Amino acid sequence: MQLIKDGAFIADPWTHVGDEDALPGAPDAGVIVSLERWQRESNELIASGRPLGVQLKSGQDPSEIARDLEKLALVGLEFPAYRNGRAYSYASLLRQRYGFKGEVRAVGNVLRDQFLYMIRCGFDALEVTDNITPAIYAEMIGEFTHSYQTAADDRPAVMSLRQRLAAKNAAD
Amino acid sequence: MYRYDEFDHQLVRERVKQFRGQVARRLSGEITEDEFKPLRLMNGVYLQLHAYMLRIAVPYGTLSSRQLRKLAELARKYDRGYGHFTTRQNLQLNWPALKDMPNLIEELATVEMHCIQTSGNCIRNVTSDHYAGAAEGEVEDPRIICEIIRQWSTFHPEFSYLPRKFKIAVSATEHDRAAIRVHDIGIRVLKNGLGETGYEVWIGGGLGRTPIIGKKVGDFIRREDLLSYLEAALRVYNMSGRRDNMYKSRIKILVHEIGEAEMKRRVEAEFEEIRKEGRLQLPDEEVERIRRYFAAPAFETLPDQSAELDAEMAKDEDFAHWVRQNTVKHKTPGYAIVNISLKPIGGTPGDISSEQMEAVADLAEKYAFSELRAAHEQNLTFAHVRKQDLRAVYDGLSAAGLATPNIGLISDQIACPGLDYCALANARSIPLAQEISERFADLKLQHDIGRLHINISGCINACGHHHVGHIGILGVDKKGIENYQITLGGAADEIASVGDIIGPGFTDDKIVDAIETIVMTYLDIRQEGEIFLDTYRRVGLQPFKDKLYATH
Amino acid sequence: MAQHMRKGARVQALTANRLQDGIVVYLTPDNRWSEKMQDADVADGKEEAAALLARGQAFLGSKDVVDVYLFEVEGDEHGGIRAMSVREAIRQAGPTVRPDLGKQAEGKV
Ligand code: SF4
Repeated sequence: MQLIKDGAFIADPWTHVGDEDALPGAPDAGVIVSLERWQRESNELIASGRPLGVQLKSGQDPSEIARDLEKLALVGLEFPAYRNGRAYSYASLLRQRYGFKGEVRAVGNVLRDQFLYMIRCGFDALEVTDNITPAIYAEMIGEFTHSYQTAADDRPAVMSLRQRLAAKNAAD
Repeated sequence: MYRYDEFDHQLVRERVKQFRGQVARRLSGEITEDEFKPLRLMNGVYLQLHAYMLRIAVPYGTLSSRQLRKLAELARKYDRGYGHFTTRQNLQLNWPALKDMPNLIEELATVEMHCIQTSGNCIRNVTSDHYAGAAEGEVEDPRIICEIIRQWSTFHPEFSYLPRKFKIAVSATEHDRAAIRVHDIGIRVLKNGLGETGYEVWIGGGLGRTPIIGKKVGDFIRREDLLSYLEAALRVYNMSGRRDNMYKSRIKILVHEIGEAEMKRRVEAEFEEIRKEGRLQLPDEEVERIRRYFAAPAFETLPDQSAELDAEMAKDEDFAHWVRQNTVKHKTPGYAIVNISLKPIGGTPGDISSEQMEAVADLAEKYAFSELRAAHEQNLTFAHVRKQDLRAVYDGLSAAGLATPNIGLISDQIACPGLDYCALANARSIPLAQEISERFADLKLQHDIGRLHINISGCINACGHHHVGHIGILGVDKKGIENYQITLGGAADEIASVGDIIGPGFTDDKIVDAIETIVMTYLDIRQEGEIFLDTYRRVGLQPFKDKLYATH
Repeated sequence: MAQHMRKGARVQALTANRLQDGIVVYLTPDNRWSEKMQDADVADGKEEAAALLARGQAFLGSKDVVDVYLFEVEGDEHGGIRAMSVREAIRQAGPTVRPDLGKQAEGKV
């Protein structure tokens, strides 16, 4: 498993911590916990002063942590199978509805042919299998120059590009 | 019709390149079939009984002569010289090789066509009224909003891995020819009291294992808000639709499980939020840009009656028959809508050879503004033909074997490919359709029977829309033997209904007799002016049941 | 081949579709894929079937075929084999509504 953050392959500074596991030794190490653990131990976790992340399973709607988002630096969203696309909506909601500025990380079955969709829905971090190389990532992200619709990323919709072009042509 | 601009062209070109890469990775063994299957399915490539099948999108059923000619050429070059029009206004090729697919779709792109989202759990090709732009009483051309939806839904990052496939249909007349009530979302274009154009939205209709008529969830969505509304509905579905059981994963099941009121509440709540964000507001300029592509052609000012036509009809009984059965009143005086039957007696519903495609393309070029439509009934339509040209069109169609005068009659059946081609089938559909049309080949008898829709599906997936046939036939598998179940009283129009199962099924040697018994029973008991569906709605199943299962 | 079929036992052959063009093929006794069903190896009873299936599945990772599975056959009057189900019979021959297409038209039985 490797991590792509904002397009760069980096060593993961975060640690996934199981529900019964002890927190890692380093007191400033960021931890990612389940929603259940977060709901059980949020006071202790906040008191620890570490960067905190919560990972939602498919079926755990981000509205469940909407009020906690300012305390979180990361939200992980699970893809239990590539076919299960719920997390695309979850990520979109985190960005568009809740204005979450922290890391939104794709975890689980993250296939290369889905990278672009994930980035467009607001994921900025992807946990990918070891066979993915920077070249593959660049190819998958670069396959389409334009998009017909707006999403959580800052790509303009083709509709707006057309208007700009028309305005430019009118001005020329 | 819509023409690609540089943005559309680029996207389709990039798609060809992407798919070429995916096919190459598969053929070289770099990726396994498990990895490749979802990729090929996203591009309409299925593995069927005998070979691969490629489903080509015909957006809202509109084709130009140039496109149809290209399809004819591709069918000849990469297939066995024919194609099959489906109930979703698409065209399927039955035998193309996987290794040829990249070249095939590259050639398709040269005529502004593609196979994007013709399968997979995404928003599928948007379907519409095949009389669009020609129908009387149309609020506006429904294809304007279809094209806007096509673009919005193409590679939508949030909605490409939905719980299940998602089908949208649009109609802009009171009489619904697009079957909007049996789609995941059905849209009716209408005007409010102030004369503004907006949309009525139906959600949760569908056929398949659990046929359900959609519910009207949006009464009047304003034009600028339509995409926000669709995005809201899709988001609710994507987040809450079931993913544990593929038979319960369509939006109709969600609506059924949470109730119509709760669905409406959720969609409206999400809609309000999205509207606040403002990013999906449809700009007038874009609507107008697209509207221009669907502007009415330059109709001539003509008297509604054509003396030439009347004279020809008086001279030639067969021609007169065809005019009466296959043409429909156009909104412009002196013009007619022409339906081309792809249901010759004893033929395969929806099949068309390359030569026939070329003949149709030529006729469209000469007499129909170079444009034609695929209808969901698996026929073709010329939307605008001068009445004085009907004779020439008829002669051209006759020469190509395409002038069967049976639109709307018992031999104009809908039938899916069934077990002759389809890997999912339980039973054959086509031979049944052929036998039924042969049994009722006599045109006088067909006319006497009147409008009667027989729809046939080879399995519960219901591609042949059997639930909404006046008479529906469903193929089931009884221990390796084909068996057929009959339903009566279905309809897909504005008074949509799901047919009722009449009783135990029939084997392939008994089913055509059973259909004949049902039709004869109707002829016996119908009242003045009734078509089959009227009679059925008046008397119900019992009289048909009594005759069908009477012990001799 | 049909001669050594035991009465009453389930006799099966192994089929797949060729990756390149999707054409229906059958696994032969010498582990080739043939377009003709008469070339197919047959498995008599459970154990042989498992072995035949295993031989076919060994191809799954390859770039030769997809969708490998067993189907039931019986002996025909010419000493060959015939598919038991309508589905496999059609798959072998071609569409019943287009006798001019498929293996039935190409003499590949
Ligand atoms: S209804 Fe069934 S048999 Fe017919 S085309 Fe659809 S999946 Fe195939």
